[in-house]
Amino acid sequence: MHKLLKQDIGEKMMLLGNEAIARGAIEAGLAFAATYPGTPSSELSLNLFQISQESDLYFEYSTNEKVALEVAAAAANSGVRSMAIMKHVGVNVAADALMTLAYVGVTGGMVVLSADDPFMFSSQNEQDNRYYAKLSGLPMMEPSSVEEAKEMVAKAFEVSEALNEPVILRTTTRINHSTAPVTLGEIKPRVTQGIFEKDPFSKVTVPAVSRNLHVKLLENIDKAKALAEKSEYNFIEGTGSGGIICNGVSYNYVADAVKDLNAAKNIKILRIGFSYPLPEQMIKNFLKDCDQVLIVEEGEPYMEEAVKAFAQEAGLMLPINGKKKDLFSRLYEYNPGIVRQNIATYFGIDSTPAAIPDMSDVPDVPMRPPNLCAGCSHRATFYAVKKAAEGLDTIYPTDIGCYTLGFLPPLSMADFLICMGSSVGTSCGFSKVNTNKVVSFIGDSTFFHSGIPGLVNAVFNNHNFTLVILDNGTTAMTGHQPHPGVNMDDFNLKDYKQVSIEKLVRAIGVEHVTLVKPYKVKKSIQAIKEALEYQGVSVIISEEMCTLYAKGLKRLKQRPFYISDKCTNHRECVNELACPAFFIEGTKVNIDADQCVGCAICAQICPENAILPVKAKA
Amino acid sequence: MDTKRLIIVAVGGQGNLLASSVLGEAALVAGVPVRMSEIHGMAQRGGVVESAIVFGEAKSTIIADGEADVLLGFEPSETLRALNKCHAGTVVITNTAPLPPFTVAIGKGVYPDLDQLQDLIQSKTERLIALDAVALAKEAGNVLAVNMVLLGSLIQIGILPFSADDVKTAMQNKTKKAFLASNLKAFDLGYQAAAG
Repeated sequence: MHKLLKQDIGEKMMLLGNEAIARGAIEAGLAFAATYPGTPSSELSLNLFQISQESDLYFEYSTNEKVALEVAAAAANSGVRSMAIMKHVGVNVAADALMTLAYVGVTGGMVVLSADDPFMFSSQNEQDNRYYAKLSGLPMMEPSSVEEAKEMVAKAFEVSEALNEPVILRTTTRINHSTAPVTLGEIKPRVTQGIFEKDPFSKVTVPAVSRNLHVKLLENIDKAKALAEKSEYNFIEGTGSGGIICNGVSYNYVADAVKDLNAAKNIKILRIGFSYPLPEQMIKNFLKDCDQVLIVEEGEPYMEEAVKAFAQEAGLMLPINGKKKDLFSRLYEYNPGIVRQNIATYFGIDSTPAAIPDMSDVPDVPMRPPNLCAGCSHRATFYAVKKAAEGLDTIYPTDIGCYTLGFLPPLSMADFLICMGSSVGTSCGFSKVNTNKVVSFIGDSTFFHSGIPGLVNAVFNNHNFTLVILDNGTTAMTGHQPHPGVNMDDFNLKDYKQVSIEKLVRAIGVEHVTLVKPYKVKKSIQAIKEALEYQGVSVIISEEMCTLYAKGLKRLKQRPFYISDKCTNHRECVNELACPAFFIEGTKVNIDADQCVGCAICAQICPENAILPVKAKA
Repeated sequence: MDTKRLIIVAVGGQGNLLASSVLGEAALVAGVPVRMSEIHGMAQRGGVVESAIVFGEAKSTIIADGEADVLLGFEPSETLRALNKCHAGTVVITNTAPLPPFTVAIGKGVYPDLDQLQDLIQSKTERLIALDAVALAKEAGNVLAVNMVLLGSLIQIGILPFSADDVKTAMQNKTKKAFLASNLKAFDLGYQAAAG
């Protein structure tokens, strides 16, 4: 049985934040969930995917976040408790659906999970999705800890059903990827089948309907505000005339700092966990009791701006600060040290910052950036495209996935990236205003996610570039989730169909389509050269299963290579491929047989044919 | 109970997350409050994996620079890189078997001299325990048990508020049965190595 289905009420388990949220959702009777994988939310979906295979929970990996939100919204509009799960930038993709779903609302509980990523541990930006609550008018809740995250899911469903609209549950990486003991609660029964009650005059958003729905949404914001005023997730701790207003993980750093600074009698803390709408009256009352207030929130001054406006309305002149030079930054994530020092400075408390060792005589430690795996087919494709494009002035738009790592030297095969699917759209623009040959890269899962409309656009507007679809048979970057091109037999799952990328590309009207097997270096280079010469839109589909995934499926026959005495140290292998299986011993290149999977790319490019299979040596 | 802050740094694949999970479970077994956070940095693609574990009464799950009581490094250059997490009273435990990053192979960096690395860490912290955890793991019969060797050393120094038995119980719950015997042996070898 899946560990998150355990019925042992009251038992304590160490759970990852994402597992705790999954458990909270299961306890709340979640019956339907849809997602597109994205760090830091991926393990939440993975757990629900696993649970769905041994229960009547419905779960799907949808093609993108907008689709996931729509899928879940329909279930919720049929009275079924549903969840749409995505990373922060995924909400951008889903935003079109979200804004008007806020008008239509739901009949069953619906929670939209937005996993934000301050510091961009694994994201292209660190946008603060609290503004989506304000923009849509939907209630928002934010946990400060793993334990609270589990409890809050159930509360979010209750609020959703009380107001008949979705609730945004906003986490940050340090919630999703923290681990703490969590007490198991009772699992409510799931209601998996719903009834959709037709009501076109409140569910079909033609202008005349929407004008009424907007009125309803504004009334709902007032109702939500009343709930926020008395929510257990907005609370005050401590006493004194100094005040701190904080949210999310910042609350932990504040609470620890106030304790460390022995300031609990001088500084009181208002922790905001129900953060849209903000509890206006509660905040005004808090401000009235304070001489000065500090706002501690990672990201944008979301609360700070609102609190300053509340103070103005209440006629209060006390200093309120947060984001400011020499105080808190809008950049990156906070930590206990930063928060403690800023609290001490702001409230005039003596505190010595932690003494970090003098690092001036410590030599630079060589960087250890993530690298494409040994035997990664992307490395082979990048090498082949690079060789095929020799002599051409190129622009290489890339996309989001493991292959983004191709931007690192020595491959250096990435020039432009803004978001999922942007490789295709930007290729259209680049090729129109530059004389360079544009060659762009997109992974299979990303192609399904948001590459297809760009390609349709390219064919229709008759653009001129080559799109390389890196088809490794999985969503590798986020942990090998399926996508529509995957054969679900690999997961021992039935009742799925498989969408062929090649057929899709041809059906879109791409006239020059080439399939390559990137482990065959010479053949690939030749085929890619022909595709690059084509005037118009050409597509290369480079097919080879992700090595990590193949290992996981036990399909990888590892047959390592070694470097024989024939080697004269040209080092083309290391310098052009930078495969992590290579290492330098003295002056000689060697291959780590444990890492080498035997893709044989290096063997094919070695000028002396010095790289040979280990098996042949014996 | 005093709060104790532990940072573990490793390279993807060295088993840091399992080690953290064993420590978390051990704390749960011993009734010690515990919270931790991890940053994977694309662990499976050779990046750095960092875990922060806070034992005792604290709400934070991360550890600021200069605030770790113990630094446990699975790879010597990564231990050195994380030295800014330490203060003058920090105890550092490091594996001495290097795993040079591929940037060294392509000439984009020089791997630090291992003797100098140890001298530097020693001079800036309370105490350094350096051991070849790979050799000890091999001796235990499982080259992948580097993490359990280092856990043994970590428990020997006696800073964390639970016992070797608590950790062994957690190992039984958290590690694969087939490896339990070699894991326990690895743990004991690491424990003895730290005792000197």
